[in-house]
Amino acid sequence: MADLQLTSVEKVYGGGFKAVHGIDLHVADGEFMVLVGPSGCAKSTTLRMIAGLETITGGEIRIGENVVNDLVPGKRGIAMVFQNYALYPHMKVRRNLSFGLKLKREPAAKIESATQEVSGILEIEELLDRLPKQLSGGQAQRVAVGRALIKSPEVFLFDEPLSNLDAKLRASMRIRITDLHKRLRDEGRPATVVYVTHDQVEAMTMGDRICVMKEGHIMQVADPVTLYERPANAFVAGFIGMPEMNLAPAVLADDGGLKITLAGQSIAVPPELAARLSAQEGPVTFGIRPQNMDIVPAGTPDAFAGTVHNIEFMGHEVNLHMNIGDSTFIAVIPNDKFDTGIRRGDAVSMRPHGARIHLFDRESGANISLADQTKSLS
Amino acid sequence: MTTIPDLKPMPQSERTRSPQELKIQREQRRGAIIRYVVLTAFGLLMLYPLIWLVGASFKTNEEIFSSAAFWPKDPTIQGYIDGWQTSTPYTFARFFMNSLYIVIPKMLGTAFSSVIVAYGFARFDFPGKKILFGILIATLLLPDVVTRIPQYLLFRELGWLDTYLPLFVPQWFALEAFFVFMLIQFMRSIPRDMEEAARVDGANTFQVLWYVVVPMLMPAIISVCLFQFMWTMNDFLGPLIYISSVENYPVSLALKLSIDTTEAFNWNQILAMTVLALAPSLIVFFIAQKYFIEGISTGGVKG
Repeated sequence: MADLQLTSVEKVYGGGFKAVHGIDLHVADGEFMVLVGPSGCAKSTTLRMIAGLETITGGEIRIGENVVNDLVPGKRGIAMVFQNYALYPHMKVRRNLSFGLKLKREPAAKIESATQEVSGILEIEELLDRLPKQLSGGQAQRVAVGRALIKSPEVFLFDEPLSNLDAKLRASMRIRITDLHKRLRDEGRPATVVYVTHDQVEAMTMGDRICVMKEGHIMQVADPVTLYERPANAFVAGFIGMPEMNLAPAVLADDGGLKITLAGQSIAVPPELAARLSAQEGPVTFGIRPQNMDIVPAGTPDAFAGTVHNIEFMGHEVNLHMNIGDSTFIAVIPNDKFDTGIRRGDAVSMRPHGARIHLFDRESGANISLADQTKSLS
Repeated sequence: MTTIPDLKPMPQSERTRSPQELKIQREQRRGAIIRYVVLTAFGLLMLYPLIWLVGASFKTNEEIFSSAAFWPKDPTIQGYIDGWQTSTPYTFARFFMNSLYIVIPKMLGTAFSSVIVAYGFARFDFPGKKILFGILIATLLLPDVVTRIPQYLLFRELGWLDTYLPLFVPQWFALEAFFVFMLIQFMRSIPRDMEEAARVDGANTFQVLWYVVVPMLMPAIISVCLFQFMWTMNDFLGPLIYISSVENYPVSLALKLSIDTTEAFNWNQILAMTVLALAPSLIVFFIAQKYFIEGISTGGVKG
């Protein structure tokens, strides 16, 4: 196993379109790194550049001690799991697994024992003599993982491997893959993993660290908790979390005490927030997670007044949509704390938890409410 | 031929059928019968010349022109025996072998070279690709005869006249744009992921082609071989131009030979040998039919 280092990696396509803007990323030995972002954020392109399936037009990719910029995929010490499995349709599962080792001219006995071991780990022994078309989606995906595992690569690359599976299977495969990663780590042969997904649930539950990407830039690299608690910018804040963070334009001003003004309403900046601010005034984006606010009766001080726009009963909780000025806020309220008297069109107020408010610079999007920004940016 | 489907209702369900349902069923059945009768009639009409050919090859020379019926009154295999001997020192076995000497290298060379060229066009970017592809497709529109004379002069210079080389060597260089085009289209429908997986598995370009692309392309490759087999077996003009000695004649020329050399044509011999000449193509077609149909009709490969 080895670490993976991307240094100023760029990708410019023939037409002049710049897909990847000089990204730097370090994946430690044995780390599970998730690349996540909306479609078109170049996460798959980045993965394919690591794999060697796309050329890079600038920068350097290093796996362990080797710069692999110009190496063909087979010589990079990587293995990849594809979104649609990409099993060789004319080969039985056994040959699909052993194909890479056969090409390396490994001795037959070694291939056989490796095949047995991997199929044991992934519980696919009984599938060895089937053709890929005789496998279900989950089985095919396990074989695809096995085909990567059998090569004992330096780095595992996963390209949205679960997105073709139904929700239930996806959840169980998610656990299977993280279990496998832990198991390999416990057995003393940790696997370095780069895992691409657009699904933030996968990202949050699987990754040791998560790299959030947007339009070919890295927005933030951090562990799931940091990403959720201390998003580096408005994009990350809005991307991570379900439902997503409420973001609304506001103004931060100091006129005899720090105030936030949102839709014409001002509240005093709570002391927990004031201590964290790195700027004292200017146009900002106000951010609060749906779980971090209270719905209080209209007229409560230090709360933003608005009207209830919609109420969604989710069973264990209630999603309350309210309009404050032109912005819509969603509040997630546990069922037992929800005032069932509230109706659509009612006037209510929203009081954000001071410690959980995020303020982002309106221009750059950078979070100005992190006491020490350098900690969460890497 | 397909049999008429059994449309008789199940006895148990008959009791529960309403009169309307029975009427609809009767009409459906009548419709099916009419369809099959019409199809069979036209099918037979189209096939009649072929059926007649087979029948006539067992007739005597006199009977061939006296009756249009295909069933011989007095079946004889004399036509086959005499025809096989030919009027030359060689039997038809020789001519069949000669045909194979042309067909086999031509077929294999076509498949091999067309796959490589198609792979290049379908999967790689290189300077001038669009122009080269345009030229390739343009040759599809070029009538064969246009190149006959320059080709003849070229092969004469090479000293290849009266050998089989002019008939198959050009095909080793993906001469048939049609096949290249067909393979490219087929290849485009195959997802690239399998090839990428093979590259990650450590395969080089040729290993990817051989272990991954060719097996997935097999139905199309078999179609190419089959087309080339049949076209070459039937090719008359090529051998006519380049082959001058009788001992080198392929079947297509040898058939003509029996018309040329005898004063009164022994039509039953000619027909008998024609039937035999058809046989290899038909046999090969039926053996490869499954893949052939797949090759023409399959758009993609289940991943």
